[in-house]
Amino acid sequence: MDALEIARWQFGITTVYHFMMVPLTIGLGLVVAVIQTLWYRTGKPEYLRMTKFWGKLFLINFIMGVATGIVQEFQFGMAWSEYSRFVGDVFGAPLAMEALLAFFVESTFLGLWIFGWKQLKPGVHLACLWIAVIGSVFSAYFIIVANSWMQHPVGVEMINGRPVMTDAWAVFTNNTALVAVPHTIFGALAVAGSFLLGIAWYHLWRRRHDGVDTVGADGRVIPGESAVPGRDRADHAVWIRSVRIGAVVAMISFAGTAVTGDLQGKLMFEQQPMKMAAAEAACHDGTGFSVLSVGNLGSKNCDDIVAVIEVPGILSFLAKGDFSTEVKGVNSLLDRYKADYGTNLPDNPIYGERAGQEIQYVPVMEVTYWGFRMMIGFGGLAAFAALVALWATRKGTVPASRGIMRLAVFGILAPFGANAAGWIFTEMGRQPFVVAPNPDPSGIDQVFMFTAAAVSPGVSAGELLTSLIVLTAVYAVLLVVEVKLLVKYIRGGVVSAMPELVHAPADQNEDGTPGDGGPGKPEAGDVLAFAY
Amino acid sequence: MDLLPTIWFIAIAVLWTGYLFLEGFDLGVGMLMKGFARNNTERRVLLNTIGPVWDGNEVWLLTAGGATFAAFPLWYASLFSALYLPLLLVLVALIFRAVAFEYRGKVDTPQWRARWDWAISAGSLVAAFGVGAALALTTTGLPLNANGDRVGGPFAWFSAYAVLGGLAVVGFSLLHGLAFLALKTDGDIRRRARERFVRLLPVLLLPLAGWAVSLQLLSGEAWTVAAVVAAVVAAVLAWNFARKGAEGRAFLALGAFLLLGSASIFGAAFPVVLPSTLDPDFSLTVSNASSSDYTLGLMSIVACIGLPLVLAYQAWTYWVFRRRVSHEHIPEAHSFLPAIAAKALAPKD
Repeated sequence: MDALEIARWQFGITTVYHFMMVPLTIGLGLVVAVIQTLWYRTGKPEYLRMTKFWGKLFLINFIMGVATGIVQEFQFGMAWSEYSRFVGDVFGAPLAMEALLAFFVESTFLGLWIFGWKQLKPGVHLACLWIAVIGSVFSAYFIIVANSWMQHPVGVEMINGRPVMTDAWAVFTNNTALVAVPHTIFGALAVAGSFLLGIAWYHLWRRRHDGVDTVGADGRVIPGESAVPGRDRADHAVWIRSVRIGAVVAMISFAGTAVTGDLQGKLMFEQQPMKMAAAEAACHDGTGFSVLSVGNLGSKNCDDIVAVIEVPGILSFLAKGDFSTEVKGVNSLLDRYKADYGTNLPDNPIYGERAGQEIQYVPVMEVTYWGFRMMIGFGGLAAFAALVALWATRKGTVPASRGIMRLAVFGILAPFGANAAGWIFTEMGRQPFVVAPNPDPSGIDQVFMFTAAAVSPGVSAGELLTSLIVLTAVYAVLLVVEVKLLVKYIRGGVVSAMPELVHAPADQNEDGTPGDGGPGKPEAGDVLAFAY
Repeated sequence: MDLLPTIWFIAIAVLWTGYLFLEGFDLGVGMLMKGFARNNTERRVLLNTIGPVWDGNEVWLLTAGGATFAAFPLWYASLFSALYLPLLLVLVALIFRAVAFEYRGKVDTPQWRARWDWAISAGSLVAAFGVGAALALTTTGLPLNANGDRVGGPFAWFSAYAVLGGLAVVGFSLLHGLAFLALKTDGDIRRRARERFVRLLPVLLLPLAGWAVSLQLLSGEAWTVAAVVAAVVAAVLAWNFARKGAEGRAFLALGAFLLLGSASIFGAAFPVVLPSTLDPDFSLTVSNASSSDYTLGLMSIVACIGLPLVLAYQAWTYWVFRRRVSHEHIPEAHSFLPAIAAKALAPKD
């Protein structure tokens, strides 16, 4: 492998990994903020417990997103210096704004939330969480503005061979970003929804399994109490609310991703037609959506691919909203790309060994074809599971089956898979460009960059390989640690996040109603309401 | 005259100084987890002095990096790619350190804590050294060709200045950490931190002073030399305040030392942002490395709104958590009690 390929693998691995943590941070943050608001409004003990429990898992995951996020920002300069030089005038601004306007907010107010349970008034404490969570949504906006400019450059002029920003409004309201942001937020909520659903299902199942909850003749649950601290009736309320909130969030967010994804698809058919043709592995112009295509997707000769099952009209609907417009296939697009952007890479030292090579305009079709379908498939699976879960829990608990419980827990992975597949599809589908050309007639000429030109010329393949190995190893170790901790706290239930339920001071209500266990008046003696 | 690029050079100098001031003490406290703290309770006291704020402090690094990307893309690209391996080390150190803060208390065994304690202290040390080395090299130069790319292989960046800069930030952070602990704790830790501050100040500030003086020899101007002199005066004041037990003033005087030292270094380096040691014509300067005036103007507006807000709410955080932390505030570590495991032990109902 040469430097370019190693750098691409590294970017792919670190980004997909980072984006395991990020959607859970954004989605779960929003959910916990809503739950704490419910507690603030109603004072019901189960909402406090839910806030503490889901908040604990949120924090275990949050820190991993923070830690791996720094790599993302440094990586552009370290491994992709030519890219950074080329796009810096327009791409750096959203990155700097993300740090200044979003990360500061997120980290500072989250610190206040974690440590401020007693130092702050309940309303202020709740506001801190909301501010932090809104900060994380803003960070998503800024980074997607930056990414969308790579997908669809706008608001710039070419001056001395580099795009220079001339219209910030166009950059920050890029239509690509405006549909990608809600798509990403819904994707994050989908992750949180399945996360709540799977874990709460496990606890409801466990309560039945241990004989704490029983089911009456009408099939309705009879919540029970156990002598173990924290396994009382409020505990049942925690999990049944969580399972139902999770299911509703998962379904709404799937609907949201479908609507925004449809808008995004229609844009992409115009902005990057090759990506969408490759998503279909469609060689020839047509109207049909392939449900299953076989053959050698990897071969550059796409006539090897045979669509086995094809639904006529659907592709046109995805692209244009009707059932008859012909959508361009790879073959006719290829001629256009060659005419517009050349057949061979220029003889410029910036391309290294690749200078003068023929340009492969068709992305790796196994990846685009299956990435697109895995995104939709995993997303749909999670939503279907949520629908089933909503019905199955209508009588207040879950079936006693261990197998179904395992499915629910395993289902947590589906939206993660959908998120990863979506990003892999959209980034790999953009190749061979790192900055895709804007094909709009009013678009800007010459504002595009081949990925082959983007890597750092001064950095050796050995250095890149070192970092690829080191970062992958570190990430693997930390993933094991994170998952182990999550599992430990999940299995521990609410008391793992609320030791005060077990080690209750004498003056505290056992059910965790707002007493000493929760925020009260700021007390002079309390220096630390929470301590590392 | 490049007005906007000059303003952004100052802005980036301010961001780096803010980073060194704020993260300086939490890096120092992190390093002091080993060699200063004597037992688990003391280590928890140390951790909780920076607990609510360290993450916000670290964002200053991200902002300095992001602002360099936005305002001086060529500087960002050349510096970060030239220092590939040292920055990789910084990243790994920061990753482990961040995760360690959060995960250290999550499993109640001595081995678990000991591992994360190492991650915190070694991570803080390596991160401080690496950032210091990178900052020193951006002021003293790297072997860059006409395109701004490093020549001479993966270790071509290495020089005595890298070591000096690394030691400078490590030394300053350690001292700043001691000053912070003297200010934020009580009892034995407070006393020991103050004593050690007084004893070690001359040694720990020497490398930073050395870096500032070398820069004056390379490209100093009258005002930057004056700043170095003023910085030395601030250091003497800090020492004297600490000796008398005025911890707050010692902390501020040390802050003044950093501010003046940093001004003298960035001031002497200006207008060059990254010299090439191969050919002065290849050096990156505020005028040839900057973004367009349009972008800088946009960023200026954003910074004028964003930065005061950041300063305001970060200051508020320090106010909320202004009380000293000591032994008696550290709650006993609850042995973890999973409800379900306990269920097996509990009598059947």
